[in-house]
Amino acid sequence: MSRSTFSIGGVHPHDNKLSRDCRIEVLPPAPTVFLAMSQHIGAPAKPVVAVGDKVKVGQVVAEPGGFVSAFIHSSVSGTVKSIGPRKDLAGNPVNCIEIAVEGDEWLEGIDTSDKLVTEIPSDNKAIIEKIRLAGVVGLGGATFPTHVKLSPPPGSKCERVIINGCECEPYLTSDYRVLLEKGEQVVVGAAILSQVMGNVPCTIAIEENKPEAIAHVSEVIAKLGYKGIEVMVMKMRYPQGSEKQLIDAVMHRQVGSGALPISVGAVVQNVGTALAVYDAVQKNKPLIDNTLSVTGECFPRQANLLVRVGTPFQYIIDFLGGMPKEAAKVISGGPMMGKAVSNLEAATLKGTSALLFLTEKQTRRAPESACIRCGKCADACPMGLEPFLLQKLSRIADTEALEANAAQDCIECGCCLYSCPAHIPLLDIIRTGKGLALGAIRARAAAAKAAAEAAKAAEAAKPSVIPSEAKESKK
Amino acid sequence: MTNTIIWTIAIITVLGLLLALVLYLVAKKFKVEEDPRIDEVEKVMPGANCGGCGFAGCRAFAEAAVKAPDLDGHFCPVGGNDVMAKVAAILGYEVKAKAPQVAVVRCNGTCANRPVVNEYDGFASCKVKAALYSGDTACSFGCLGCGDCVAACQFGALSMDPETGLPVVDESKCTACGACVKACPKRIIELRPKGPRGMRESVRCVNQDKGPAARKACAAACIGCGICVKTCTHDAIVLENNVAYIDPAKCKLCRECEAMCPTGAIHGVNFPKPLDKEAVKARINERKKKAAEAKESDKKEAAHE
Amino acid sequence: MSKLLVSPSPHIHSKDSTRSLMLDVVIALLPAVLCSFVFYGWREILVMAVSVCSCLLLEWAITRYMLRKPSTLGDLSAVVTGILLALNLPYTTPWWVVVIGAVVAIGVAKMTFGGLGQNIWNPALVGRVFLLVSFPTYMTTWSAPQGLFGADAVTGATPLGAINEGLMGGASVKDIMAQNGYDYGQMLFANLGGSAGEACAIALLLGFVYLCCRRVIKPWITLTIFATVALTALIFWGVNPDRFTGPVFNLLTGGLILGACFMATDYVTSPMSLWGGVIFGVGIGFLTMMIRYFGSYPEGVSFAILIMNSFVPLLNRAFHQKKFGRK
Repeated sequence: MSRSTFSIGGVHPHDNKLSRDCRIEVLPPAPTVFLAMSQHIGAPAKPVVAVGDKVKVGQVVAEPGGFVSAFIHSSVSGTVKSIGPRKDLAGNPVNCIEIAVEGDEWLEGIDTSDKLVTEIPSDNKAIIEKIRLAGVVGLGGATFPTHVKLSPPPGSKCERVIINGCECEPYLTSDYRVLLEKGEQVVVGAAILSQVMGNVPCTIAIEENKPEAIAHVSEVIAKLGYKGIEVMVMKMRYPQGSEKQLIDAVMHRQVGSGALPISVGAVVQNVGTALAVYDAVQKNKPLIDNTLSVTGECFPRQANLLVRVGTPFQYIIDFLGGMPKEAAKVISGGPMMGKAVSNLEAATLKGTSALLFLTEKQTRRAPESACIRCGKCADACPMGLEPFLLQKLSRIADTEALEANAAQDCIECGCCLYSCPAHIPLLDIIRTGKGLALGAIRARAAAAKAAAEAAKAAEAAKPSVIPSEAKESKK
Repeated sequence: MTNTIIWTIAIITVLGLLLALVLYLVAKKFKVEEDPRIDEVEKVMPGANCGGCGFAGCRAFAEAAVKAPDLDGHFCPVGGNDVMAKVAAILGYEVKAKAPQVAVVRCNGTCANRPVVNEYDGFASCKVKAALYSGDTACSFGCLGCGDCVAACQFGALSMDPETGLPVVDESKCTACGACVKACPKRIIELRPKGPRGMRESVRCVNQDKGPAARKACAAACIGCGICVKTCTHDAIVLENNVAYIDPAKCKLCRECEAMCPTGAIHGVNFPKPLDKEAVKARINERKKKAAEAKESDKKEAAHE
Repeated sequence: MSKLLVSPSPHIHSKDSTRSLMLDVVIALLPAVLCSFVFYGWREILVMAVSVCSCLLLEWAITRYMLRKPSTLGDLSAVVTGILLALNLPYTTPWWVVVIGAVVAIGVAKMTFGGLGQNIWNPALVGRVFLLVSFPTYMTTWSAPQGLFGADAVTGATPLGAINEGLMGGASVKDIMAQNGYDYGQMLFANLGGSAGEACAIALLLGFVYLCCRRVIKPWITLTIFATVALTALIFWGVNPDRFTGPVFNLLTGGLILGACFMATDYVTSPMSLWGGVIFGVGIGFLTMMIRYFGSYPEGVSFAILIMNSFVPLLNRAFHQKKFGRK
């Protein structure tokens, strides 16, 4: 087996998979759950239930608020107690549906048995519709609605589906446990995805530090007899699980700046997403729960939990024995790209992959000192950018130079800040610069679009008078 | 030896003259004809190049002012009315005097008023912090305390008070250029008219949470109770999104709202005497009583008739 | 409940710090320092002590009283500068000359530009070159080593100096080499007189390998310097072996190894990109050889590195890493 990896940059943090041997436990539903209306990239969902309504598990409680948006289903059965703004993990108000849990009554038609269904329906359109109705979003971090990703724009062709099982972030083990314990379902999910994209080959990419998962998934593929699905062993390197880096590693093709993976013929889905697709298509089960790693050296009980969407963090922590004293920071997600939690009353989202507890010593940042121009940030950047330069430009808000130096390509993986010996908060500063560059690009695109539309309108208003002028204004 | 010195001096002198000639010719050849009034206007400008007028600097302002048909929309906040009068004189325009303004920090969430629940450990910038989360206290609207406004101020008029954790405006230095207003990601700083002898009244809170939540987050929050709106006899206060706002154009500086505010969110500054709350409350009660009596007597009269 | 820390991602950091990197450089320099102590004895220990102490004291005084900033002694960069300066001086240098060198290195070359990371030229080299120009007597009359407890030294010339003098006197390279009894094996392991850091080439190379293994520096700048020096020398020597010295001789003398391994690879004053580094290395190698063959100073490494230091901003601007997904 060959060991692939991406071509530029990257870092090697210690993987610290403390919870790797913890079986997935089912967390009993919390007494109250909070379903946020913004759990995905795109427009927030619109509630379709009213206060006082009785809901069952799997029932739609909110519908998409736009084209790039997703359905949200009740993850519990009970009564809608309130609909309104509630503080998310960062303390910012987000519209939420609060449901008081009563019993655990599932909507009819959802197959809750453990039986593996391998027969895949043949109608691809129906499959995508099922995925859409099940509210499946990408669980690798970006939470992009999956049905949109599976409907590529006309003219583009998918050549390979990549299932991302790298889990390159330190500490996280949820994908690993899913691969081990629900490997069959993931493989069937992968088969569904590759069929939807036009019976293309499918690669399940797993990093070499998970040999058990590699062996198990290979075994499952052989057992189920899928010819087009293969396991690819990846070298351990962060950020391998980033979409662009993974495509580079698997297919040796680089997605251009601002382009989508489909432009090089790739569609990447996370392991968790593949499982959700299986559940949606084969079991009629919408996305109402996901696997969470609860881990950290200072946390007394490592665990991988199957958690209903909308469970408050505090409930999970209490279930596992309470907040450890030494914990100074709680992170939703991994240590490299996860979000620091400032409000433990906040609830999990579809895309929440872990709760990580770090001590003051592990996470407190050292004071910033002068740049010694060592170039380690540039060596570490997987996008080939020059963080030392970008941070300078970001500080003076030089939008033009930022765009020229590709600040908009930054994937915010954190490799630069991780490796900076002077402890300069590179990424913190570059994020603002990336915002400026992206803003300028979007403003230009919007202006071009408006100009084109104005030209079109002008052309329509006075056809064949002076066509040359219209053409010019189009430019 | 002497020869060498003479030669050196001679060569350097000739070289200098030659280069001066070249510079002169180049300056002559590439001279750009400009309206001489631009230079004149620039001369009377403060020269801070702060951009408070909306132009890139003082010269850009001068160019724009000279080109413009009138001075509407052109105002130098730093120079104020004096400078604008001079500019108008040069250009032969008329200019309306503007009331001098000052930056006002609309947050009173001091360390004592707002219990701190989180600690920030990233790049010390309000912009970065605001993009990350709502802040270290339960108030998601208040000052973040990293001092972006202080850094933005070119006149040294802002400083962070280490005790309160809030920025303080030095009124004598503030030119109302608006740089801090733009720098604040929470939109807490507002430019308000300075007021007669600097006296002015304002609500120092922008918290849009409902009363109980706002109060829990900060002892000095505006809880949107509307008492000030009811108290104000000049119709100067509006309540929107659970926050009261005093319209400086209508405020008559009677300080009744300040006396009545249950959380102390309304502040008056530069008044000659400290506010005697009880006296003002007594005055309001007196007035109410009279109004009630008048109403009753009206009623009686009406009944009489 | 205690306060939760909140910060943007990432939430963990590698173990690298400026201090740990500088400490690695100090460790890498240790073999060479020890060798110099063994070969040159207590006078070298004195030079080293004066150099390091005055560098530290100056940096502390300047940050404290002139810049009014927190002390930067903890990053150990002043220690590295002090050690390098001492290694760049002959052990016979009087202590007050060493102090002047430290003043120029830290005071002028480093802190004037704003401290660590801001200087254009390598501080230790600026110090050395200043001394070389100002006190040529102390800097060019080298004494043969006396050992830790040795007897009085015999004054001699460095190999390159001897060759330069000999060539001016009309002798051929071969004759001069034979006359002075130069031997490559001796050059590699034990010194022939010169800067203290040239004492033992093997010790320096050991430190270089350590730095590469620890990924503190990347080897390409050093290797291109070696390659360029060897190639240039090979060509000239091939054309006229009587007039020009050979590649091995040039690699082992005149502080080339010290310069290429520790001075040219200084982060602050070297280019960051691969191709920038290669051009930087080629420039240093070529300039060194030109100065050695045609210049009036017998050694050229310091000048070559300082000249190429000046081009670093341009090289950083001209050469960039390949960006992902872009041409």
